[in-house]
Amino acid sequence: MTSMMTTPLAGYLLVAALLFAIGLGGALVRRNAILVLIGIELMLNAANLNLIAFWRYGPHPEALTGMMFAIFSIAVAAAEAAVGLGLVIAIYRHTNTTELDKIDRMKG
Amino acid sequence: MTPIFYLLAALTLAGGLASVLLKHLVHCALAVTVAFAGLALLFLQLDAQFAGFAQILVYIGAVAILIVFAILLTRGSDLPKGGVFSKTWFLGLIIAAAVFAVMGWAVLASVSAIPQQNTVPSVTVHDIGSALVGRYVLPLEILALLLTAATIGAVIVAMHEKARPR
Amino acid sequence: MITTPGSANPIFVNLDQIFVLLRNWLIGFLPVALRPAGAAVLGVIAIVCVFPGLFALTTIFERKGLGRIQNRIGPNRVGPYGLFQPLADGIKSLTKEDIVPLSANAVVHFLAPLVLVVTVFMGFAVLPMGRNMVLVDMDSGLLFFFAMGAATELSVFMAGWSSRNKYSLLGAMRAVAQMISYEVVLLLSSVAVVMITGSLSLPKIVAAQDQYTGIFPHWYIFTPWGLAGFLMYAIAATAETNRSPFDLPEGESELVAGYHTEYSGFKFALFFLGEYLAMFSISGLGTTLFLGGWSAPLSFLQFIPSWFWFFGKVMMSIFVFIWMRGTLPRLRQDQLMNFAWKFVLPFTLLNLLVTALWRFMGEGWQRWVVCTIILAAAYVAMGRLGMRGQHFGRRSYRYAE
Repeated sequence: MTSMMTTPLAGYLLVAALLFAIGLGGALVRRNAILVLIGIELMLNAANLNLIAFWRYGPHPEALTGMMFAIFSIAVAAAEAAVGLGLVIAIYRHTNTTELDKIDRMKG
Repeated sequence: MTPIFYLLAALTLAGGLASVLLKHLVHCALAVTVAFAGLALLFLQLDAQFAGFAQILVYIGAVAILIVFAILLTRGSDLPKGGVFSKTWFLGLIIAAAVFAVMGWAVLASVSAIPQQNTVPSVTVHDIGSALVGRYVLPLEILALLLTAATIGAVIVAMHEKARPR
Repeated sequence: MITTPGSANPIFVNLDQIFVLLRNWLIGFLPVALRPAGAAVLGVIAIVCVFPGLFALTTIFERKGLGRIQNRIGPNRVGPYGLFQPLADGIKSLTKEDIVPLSANAVVHFLAPLVLVVTVFMGFAVLPMGRNMVLVDMDSGLLFFFAMGAATELSVFMAGWSSRNKYSLLGAMRAVAQMISYEVVLLLSSVAVVMITGSLSLPKIVAAQDQYTGIFPHWYIFTPWGLAGFLMYAIAATAETNRSPFDLPEGESELVAGYHTEYSGFKFALFFLGEYLAMFSISGLGTTLFLGGWSAPLSFLQFIPSWFWFFGKVMMSIFVFIWMRGTLPRLRQDQLMNFAWKFVLPFTLLNLLVTALWRFMGEGWQRWVVCTIILAAAYVAMGRLGMRGQHFGRRSYRYAE
C-alpha cells in the first residue's frame, strides 16, 4: 500500500481531499439550505488545511504566504457564512421553509 | 506520520461525516464544530499556532454559533416529512466520490515531485504582523472593506421588512 | 524567561520564587527526559488545586458580602462565622440526585458542563501568576486565551438547547447574544495594550509594566487610554461572565435559572464552578493587561512576593464584582445590547485611535493632555447623544384602581 511510503505532506493533502469530498457530498445531497452552507464551510476548511500543509512543508515557509492566505481565507469564510445565513433567514421569513426543493419559483 | 496525526485526522473526518449524515440539524452543527476543533489541532500540529487559534476563535466562536442561531431561527427542530436527503442523492454521492478519486490520485501520483523540507519554521506573531502591514497590506485593506460590506449586508438582508402601505 | 528579582535580599527572592524552587526540586527526582512533562503536570496540578480552592473561598466571601450589603448577616451556622459553608455546599451538590429530563438530549446534556469547565481551565495556562510562574509561555498567549473564551459560548448554548425547555433555551439565547456582543469589546480593549507593548505574550506585557519612575509603576491603568480601556474591559468582563448587572440570562426572578435550569447535583456544581473560574480567569487577564500583573504598586514594596500581588489584585477584582452585584439593578436585554453596540464599542474604537496617538506623540506631558481631553470629550459627547431621546421628568406612579 502506497500509504506507507507517502510523506507527511501527502497525508495532510489526502485528509484535506477527503474532507473536501465530504463537504461537497453534503452540499449536494442534503435538502436543508443550512446544511449546504455547512458543506461549503467544510470545503473552505479543507482548502485551508491544504494551504497550511503546503506552507509548512514547502520550500519557503519564512515568506509566510501560506499562513497569510489561510488567515485571509478564514476571515472571508466568516463573512460569507454571515451573509449566507442572513439570506437563509430572510428566505425562511418569506417562504416559511428552508428546504431547497420547495424554493423553486421565481415568483415571490 | 505520527499516531497523533491519525487520531486528529480521524476526529476531523468523523466530525465532517457526522455533520452531513445526521438527521437533526443541531447535531449536525455540533458535529461540524468538532470538525473545526480537529482542524485547529491539525494546524497546531503543523506549527501554525496563529492560524490554529484564529480558527478556534473565528470558526468555533463565531461561525458555529451563527449556524446554530440560524437553525433555531428557522425552526430547524422540525424534521421535514420527505426525509432529509434530496431525491438525487445518489448522483451527489457519485460526484463527491469522483472528486475525491481524482484528487487522491493526483496527490499520490505527485508525491515524489513535491519538495519536502522538514525543518520547523519559526514564525513569531511579530513576523505575521509585519507581513500584514508590509507585504500584504492591500489584501488586508480589501478584507476590511469586505468585512464591512458583509456586516452591513447581513444586517440588511436579515432585517424585518417594513410593512407595506395598504 | 528569567526576569530581574524584585529585591536584593535573598530571603525575599527565595520567597518570591518559592513555588518555582519547589517545582524544580520535585522534578529533580525524575529522569532528565521526563522533566519538561513533569513540570507541566505539576503546574496543571497546582492550577487545578488552587483555583477551585479560591472558588470555595469566593462563594462564602460572596454570600457574606452580599448579605452585609443587603443588611443581613449571610450564612453563619456551619463553622465559625459560616466559613465551612462551601464544604456543606460541596457535599450537598455531590450527593444530590442527578436528574436528566426524559426528552433531553442525553449526550449534549452531559457534555455541556464538561466543555465549559475544560475550556475555562485551559485559559489559566497562559496567565503569569508571579515572576517566572506561567504554565506555558506562548508567543500568542492572548489569542489563545480569547480562543478559549470563545469556545465557552458554545457550551452555554449546548446546555440551554439540550434541556428541551423553553426557559433554558431562552436563557441560552440571551446569554450567547450578550457574550458575543461583549466579546468584541473585550478583544478591542485588549488590542490597545498589545499595540503599546508590541507583543501578544502575557509575560512580556507584565514585564513592560514592571518598571518604575520614582516610586510609581508604569501600569497601563495609570495612562488615559489605559484607564478607558480598563473600564471598557471591566464592563465587558462583567457581561462575559454573566454577572450582575448583566445577569439577565440567569435572572433568578425571570427564567428560573436560565440555561442551567435542568441541571442538578454535580453538573450544576460544575456550571457554578465554571462561572466562577471564568470570573477568576478574566480578572486575571485584566490584572495582567492593565493592573501590572504581578508587579508591586510602589517600588519599595517589591520585597513582597509577586504571586501575592497577583492574587491580591485578582481578589480585589472579585470583590468589586460582588460589590456591583449587591448594588446595581439588572439591565434589560435590549438596554444591554444597545449599550454594547452603541456606546461601548464606539468608545473602544476611539480608544484604539487615542492609543495610537499616544504612541506616536512620543514622551512628554503633551500626550497626556491631548489624550485625556479627547477621551473625556468623547465620553461626554457620546453619553449626551445616547441620552437624547429620553426624558427624565418627575417620577409618576400608577396605582391599581
